[in-house]
Amino acid sequence: MTFTTFMQHLVNSISLGSLYALIAVGYTMVYGILRLINFAHGEVFMFGSYMAFFAMTTFGMPWYIAFIIAIILTCIFGMLIEKAAYKPLRDAPRISIMISAIAASFLISNLGIVFFGGIPVTFPRPDIFDIRIVIGGVSIISVSLFIPVITAVALVILLYIVNHTKTGTAMRAVSKDYEAARLMGIDVNRIITFTFAIGSSLAAVGGIMWALRFPALIPFMGIMPGLKCFIAAVIGGIGNIKGAVLGGLILGFGEIMIVAFLPELSGYRDAFAFIFLIVILLFKPAGLLGKNIAEKV
Amino acid sequence: MKKFAALLLVILLIGALVLTGCAQKEDAATEDDNVIKIGVFQPLSGANAAGGELEMKGLYLAQELFPEVLGKRVELIVYDNRSDAIEAANVVRRLVDHHNVPIIIGCWGSTFAIAAGPIIEEAGIPTIATSATNPLVTIGKDYYFRVTFIDSFQGVVMAKYTYEEVGAKKVAVIQEIGNDYSVALAKFYKDAFVELTGDDDAIVMVMNYQTGDQDFSAQLTAIKNSDAQAIFAPGNFTESALIMKQARELGLDLPFVGADTWETPELIEIAGEAAEGAVFSTFFASEVPMTKNSEVFLNAYREKYGEEPAAVAALAFDAYLVALDAITRAGTTTDSTAIRDALAATDAFPGAAGTISFDENGDAVKSAVIKEIRNGKFTFLTIVDPF
Repeated sequence: MTFTTFMQHLVNSISLGSLYALIAVGYTMVYGILRLINFAHGEVFMFGSYMAFFAMTTFGMPWYIAFIIAIILTCIFGMLIEKAAYKPLRDAPRISIMISAIAASFLISNLGIVFFGGIPVTFPRPDIFDIRIVIGGVSIISVSLFIPVITAVALVILLYIVNHTKTGTAMRAVSKDYEAARLMGIDVNRIITFTFAIGSSLAAVGGIMWALRFPALIPFMGIMPGLKCFIAAVIGGIGNIKGAVLGGLILGFGEIMIVAFLPELSGYRDAFAFIFLIVILLFKPAGLLGKNIAEKV
Repeated sequence: MKKFAALLLVILLIGALVLTGCAQKEDAATEDDNVIKIGVFQPLSGANAAGGELEMKGLYLAQELFPEVLGKRVELIVYDNRSDAIEAANVVRRLVDHHNVPIIIGCWGSTFAIAAGPIIEEAGIPTIATSATNPLVTIGKDYYFRVTFIDSFQGVVMAKYTYEEVGAKKVAVIQEIGNDYSVALAKFYKDAFVELTGDDDAIVMVMNYQTGDQDFSAQLTAIKNSDAQAIFAPGNFTESALIMKQARELGLDLPFVGADTWETPELIEIAGEAAEGAVFSTFFASEVPMTKNSEVFLNAYREKYGEEPAAVAALAFDAYLVALDAITRAGTTTDSTAIRDALAATDAFPGAAGTISFDENGDAVKSAVIKEIRNGKFTFLTIVDPF
C-alpha cells in the first residue's frame, strides 16, 4: 500500500468516523440523562434528513434555511416522541420504556414508508458541499471537511451546556436521581423535554450531514446508522459525551481499515463493529471512558 | 394504566406493520366465481422498491389491456416483499394458503424469488419470475418459470463487452455479498473474463459490500490503488449509484460495467454525472421493437404513463401475457398442475421483450440488449443473441 493510499484511507475513516460520532453524541446524551436507550434516535435522524429534503426540493428553499427549518421540525418531533412514548411510562420499569422505544422506532420507520414512499429519493447536494479537493493525490469532498468541524462544535457546545449552565446542572441532577432532583425544585419534565430537544436537534444535524455525504434517502435509512452509533456510544462508555465521539471515530477507523488491510473481509465490515463491541465489553464493561457505577435496582 | 399504554403501543406497532406490509390488498378476500386471482409479490418498499414499482406499471398495463381470461375477470393480488427474503417467503405463503391463487407472478430480484421457491414448489403453484436472473431461481423447480434470460448468459455477454468494446484487460469486481443475483453474476463474469483474456490475474480485485451499505470509500480506494481498467459492479441500483458517485469523488475515473438492475431512473438521479458512460446489459430497448407485441406494449405504455418503459416493465407485461396464454391453453382457472403443464409447453410466444420459449429449466432463451448511460439517459447500443 502506498503512502497516498494510506492517507486516503485515513481521510475516509475520519470522514466516516466523525459522522458516526455526531450521531452517537445524541444517543449517549439521552442515555446519560435518562438512562434510556432511545432506539428511535435513528428514526429521528431519518426524519431530519427527509425534512431537509422536502424543504429544499418541494419548497425550493435555499439550503441553509432548509437545514435550520429541518432541525427545528426534528427537534419538535423528538419532543413529541418523548411526550407520546416515554412520558406516560416515566415511573414504569425501565424495560417497559425500552420496549416502548423499540416500538416507536418501528412505528416511525413504517409510517415513513407510508408517507415518504419506499423508493429512494436523491438528496440535493448544495455546491458548497460538493467541491472535490485533491491534496497530494488524496481526494476529499468538501462535505467531509464540514463533518468533523460540526462534530467538534457540537461536542464543545454540549459539554458547555452540561457542565457550565444551570440547566446542565439540573440535567446532571436528574440523571443521578429523579426524586431527589424533584425535591430540590427541579422541573424534571422540563429538563427531560429539553434533553430530547437537544438530542433530536443533534440527530437532525447528523441526518442532514449523512444525507449530504450519502445522498440516497429511504425511510429505513436510520436503522443501520442508529445501531452503529449506538455501538459507538457503548464503546466509548454510554452516557459519556466525549466517549461517544471517541467511539464513533474508532468505529469509522476500524471499518475502513479492515477493508484497507484485509480486502477479503470487506463483506464483514458490519460484523467488525459488533465483534469489536463484544471485545470491548468483555474487557471494559462500562466502555472506554465510562465509569462503572453500581445500578440501583 | 401502564399495561394499557404498553398494549396501545403493541397495537400501534402491529397496525404499522399491517399498514405497510399489506397496504394494497384490501379487496383480496372477495370470493367470486367470475374472477381469477393472480398472485403477485414484488419489492414495493425498501432498497429495491423502484424495480418493483416499474414492474407493477407493466403488470397493471397488461391487466388493463387483457382484463379477462376464459370469460373470467383477472384480479391481481399484490403483496409487498419489502425487499426482504424472509418477507418474500412469508407473502408467498400467504398467497398460497390464504388466497389460494392458481398462479403467481414474481418477482424483481433473485434473492426474493429464491427464498419463495421452496414454498411454490411444495404448494405446486406455477410461478413466473419477471426479472430474477440467477440460475438457482428455476433449477430443480418444476413450477418456477421466468420470462428473462439468466445470469450465466448475461455475465458472459458483459465480460465479452468489457474485453472487446471497453478494451479493458484488467478488471476489479465489487459485489453485494448477501445478494444471490450479484454474487452469481460476478462469478459468471469473472470466469468468462479470465477465459477471454487468457490471464489468470485478469480480475485484479474482488471487493464486497452488504445490502444497504452507504459508505464504499474503503473499497473504492483499494480499487483506485490497483491496476484495474474497468469496474464490474452488479448490484441494486441504490448501492450502485452511491458507488459510482463515491468513485468520482475519490477521483476514480474507470468505466463502470453492470447489469439489468441498473435500468431505473433513480440510478441516474442519485449518481448524477457520475453515472455517465456506465454500460450494462438489459432485456429490452424501446428503440428496437422485437415482436408484434412490442408495438402494442410500447404504444399503450407511452399513452398510459407518458414516458418510455423500462425493460423490467416489459418483462412484467410478458409474464402476465404468458400466464394468460397458459391458462387459456390449459382451459382451466383452478387446476394448477394443468396450468403448469401448459406453461411448460409455451412455444415461441411473442412477448414485448422478445420471443419466449422455455428450456428444460423453465428459463426463457432470448437476446440481451446493451445500453449506456449518456447525457442522463439510457441509450441503446447493441443486441447480443444467445450463443
